[in-house]
Amino acid sequence: MDRLEGMSKLTGEERYTDDLELEGFLWGMTVRSPSPRGTIREIRFDDSFDFSSCVVVTADDIPGPNEVRLIEVDQPVLASKTVRHVHEPVLLIAHESRDVVRRAVRAVEVVVDEQEPVLDYRKAPNPNQIQHSTDNILKRLEITKGDVDAVFRDADHVVEGIYETGAQEHLYLETQGMIAWVDADGVVTVKGSMQCPYYVLNSLKHTFACDESRVRVIQAPTGGGFGGKEDYPSMIALHAALLAVKAGRPVKMIYDRNEDMASTTKRHPAHVSYRTAHDSDGRLLAQDIDVRLDGGAYVTLSPVVLSRAIIHAGGPYACDHVRIRGVAMLSNSVPYGAFRGFGAPQTLFATERHMDRAADQLGIDPVQIRMVNLIRDGQTTSTGQLINDGTDRQKVLQQALDHADYQNKRKENRAFNLTHPFRRRGIGVAMFYHGAGFTGSGEVYLESKVRVAGLPDGRIEVLSANTEMGQGALTVFTQIASAAVGYEPDDIVIAEPDTFRVPNSGPTVASRTTMVVGKLIERACEDLVRAVGGDSDTRGQSLCNAIRAWHQANPGAQLIGEATYTKPPGIDWDEQTYKGDAYGTFAWAAYIADVEVDLRTCQTTVRDFVACQEVGRVINPTLATGQIQGGVVQAIGWALSEECIWDRGAMANAQMTNYIIPTSGDVPPIRVIFDENPYEYGAQGSKGIGELPMDGPAPAIANAIAAATGSDVCRIPITPERLMANMGLCDVE
Amino acid sequence: MSNDTSRLSIELTINGESRTVRIRPQDRLLDLLRESLGLVGTKEGCGEGECGACTVLMDGLPVNSCLVPAFQARGRTIETVESFDSEKLIHFLRSGMTQCGACTPGVVVTANWIRANPELADSFSLRELMAGNLCRCTGYDGIIDGLSDSMNEDRGGSCCKS
Repeated sequence: MDRLEGMSKLTGEERYTDDLELEGFLWGMTVRSPSPRGTIREIRFDDSFDFSSCVVVTADDIPGPNEVRLIEVDQPVLASKTVRHVHEPVLLIAHESRDVVRRAVRAVEVVVDEQEPVLDYRKAPNPNQIQHSTDNILKRLEITKGDVDAVFRDADHVVEGIYETGAQEHLYLETQGMIAWVDADGVVTVKGSMQCPYYVLNSLKHTFACDESRVRVIQAPTGGGFGGKEDYPSMIALHAALLAVKAGRPVKMIYDRNEDMASTTKRHPAHVSYRTAHDSDGRLLAQDIDVRLDGGAYVTLSPVVLSRAIIHAGGPYACDHVRIRGVAMLSNSVPYGAFRGFGAPQTLFATERHMDRAADQLGIDPVQIRMVNLIRDGQTTSTGQLINDGTDRQKVLQQALDHADYQNKRKENRAFNLTHPFRRRGIGVAMFYHGAGFTGSGEVYLESKVRVAGLPDGRIEVLSANTEMGQGALTVFTQIASAAVGYEPDDIVIAEPDTFRVPNSGPTVASRTTMVVGKLIERACEDLVRAVGGDSDTRGQSLCNAIRAWHQANPGAQLIGEATYTKPPGIDWDEQTYKGDAYGTFAWAAYIADVEVDLRTCQTTVRDFVACQEVGRVINPTLATGQIQGGVVQAIGWALSEECIWDRGAMANAQMTNYIIPTSGDVPPIRVIFDENPYEYGAQGSKGIGELPMDGPAPAIANAIAAATGSDVCRIPITPERLMANMGLCDVE
Repeated sequence: MSNDTSRLSIELTINGESRTVRIRPQDRLLDLLRESLGLVGTKEGCGEGECGACTVLMDGLPVNSCLVPAFQARGRTIETVESFDSEKLIHFLRSGMTQCGACTPGVVVTANWIRANPELADSFSLRELMAGNLCRCTGYDGIIDGLSDSMNEDRGGSCCKS
């Protein structure tokens, strides 16, 4: 099936937040902290500017707690006493002229008495830098399996390494935007760009101290998210709503690119210390891993990012003795948040770069060390999760090798490198996995609910809170529902995500939408069939007739089928010990990058990229392929060019001019291969795929660069400057 | 809005129609399209000429409308994403050219400019020709494949991926 809303996007008819018609509205903007840490001494309003026609909101205007409700409530909606990062929101201004409100923001000065900020999360904080608990640790987690110390005492081969990954900006092409108004019944309503309407609703309920009948959240068509519109929309929605309530008029807030890049969340930087013990065949005897994440100024989602980071840190390998310790540290930078992969890309970069270094140190082929250690059915992950899914992981790797013509390329590259004066080619592999859906008991706590409505004309409407942000949810939901009931896709309607209409089917995150929510759609459809007295033969036209008949017998009533999440049998997770089934299932993948480095500039070019993955059943090949290709290219950017430059906690390159994402000219065609092993508890046998392609490219590319140059690259992005320094070709980085 | 006496009138042709538009001196072509004419298909992605989301054709050449002062459009012919017939976009749909859609209007304008000037492909690869339009979703394969399939069909050749 073609993308449902594809043609309206291609013709420019799709209406995003900034495109929506709105009468009599004000433009809202944010006054932000100039300082990474300190106490607010004064907010100065420039006498020469006339603020009388502006609406100004301060922390005093907040009706309920001045807290953004997420996992914790430590982040203020508007800083009132202290600030913890540059660009932290302090004050809101609205005016009907965008020019005037821009000038007004510049006419306000936030005067801060500075305190010593934490600008490097890797260093232990001084006593005067402590801002959270007694140690600035936002979250600490540990996985243990077996007796790691005993194995290392007797090990013949020990490999150590330190791996670092940098912050990454989402750079969705549509910036954050939100519209707010108070409707005729006094309901505070927000509509805008977001992944998770119920996250926004919960934060509005908390800050406006009211129940869900007094606040309403509607998702507008959303121009990309990648996790960047998971948590941050709560903030901008609160701001727009506060302004709209005070102004008594609709308020629109649209961040420009600079504001968006400077002040919204990014991928957590990570520092991973990796130590492994091996036998002489390369078999993993023990893994001892320390993961340190930069959490930024507030807790936000760091505890769960850390959780996914450490669970994936062991890689897709069988090892009987594992210790993985993780901490998320406070620093005085913008809070780090959700970003596609959610901690896993950071630790898998370490794992897969480390496997190549181990192979190198032990004198084993990099493919062989992976084949030897790849988890086989009947073996367990680091958390003790028994893998028994029937997927042949060695075959996934072999397919990737075959498509990449790996062995021949290696030989060709060696020959090329011997003859070429300044170009060096190398090919690198990464093998990895990604847990689909929420970690541990997360899906159980969500209690996700989906409804389907049988409409009087016989069509079926799907009501869920899950959102289209480009990934294809509208299309895939339509496919799943139409297949479930035997309808044509045209006779399926997907409801606009509006918290006054749709149940809470959970957030659109964690590669869960197709697999988990899609399954709920299938079950809700079964429930609908039961509601009209049908059976398994009641499909297509007979179901349509039954729905129409039901409405004739029950005029004005609503015909609803419903399903609530129940965990698949045999899934057991212990939150306290971090043992058990961390995910319902995993997707498995092998990625191969063939690169060329120009030794004159140390510029790396990816010449070929093969992405082979087992993702359960593929429901829509075009959309699934696009997800993989897009994720791979986003990860190529993270690996090679995307670097956030920090200046006292502020992003110094908060613009597209010098924050460099790949163009079409920078990347090769991404060759995608699916190995399909249907997963019983995913819709139509699907597993999650959205995040998977973020995990593999960076280590595959780093391994390829190491093969090409002999340079032991362990930190990304591998910019020309960094590689040049790493190769000893220049003095400073 | 701001003081009306500061506005000036310009005439130009937009999507085949002659229009008279009142603009402010500081307006960009992007503002003229979105605010004065309500042609909101054209998007602002970065406001500094890097991303290409706001690409339109001016006298037949692609420009970043965020970098063109509106008054420079006087007497010119402007074509936006709204000017294209959806039937001509079917290969773009099939190939997965669009995901989130925010870069798409600019991508479609550039891609159709290349289709209208197929000799460009003799000197440059499609990847080079499309490199002024950043996309964060597709990884570009869907864009390049859709353009390539369309150009094949434009040439009367067979297409494509089904």
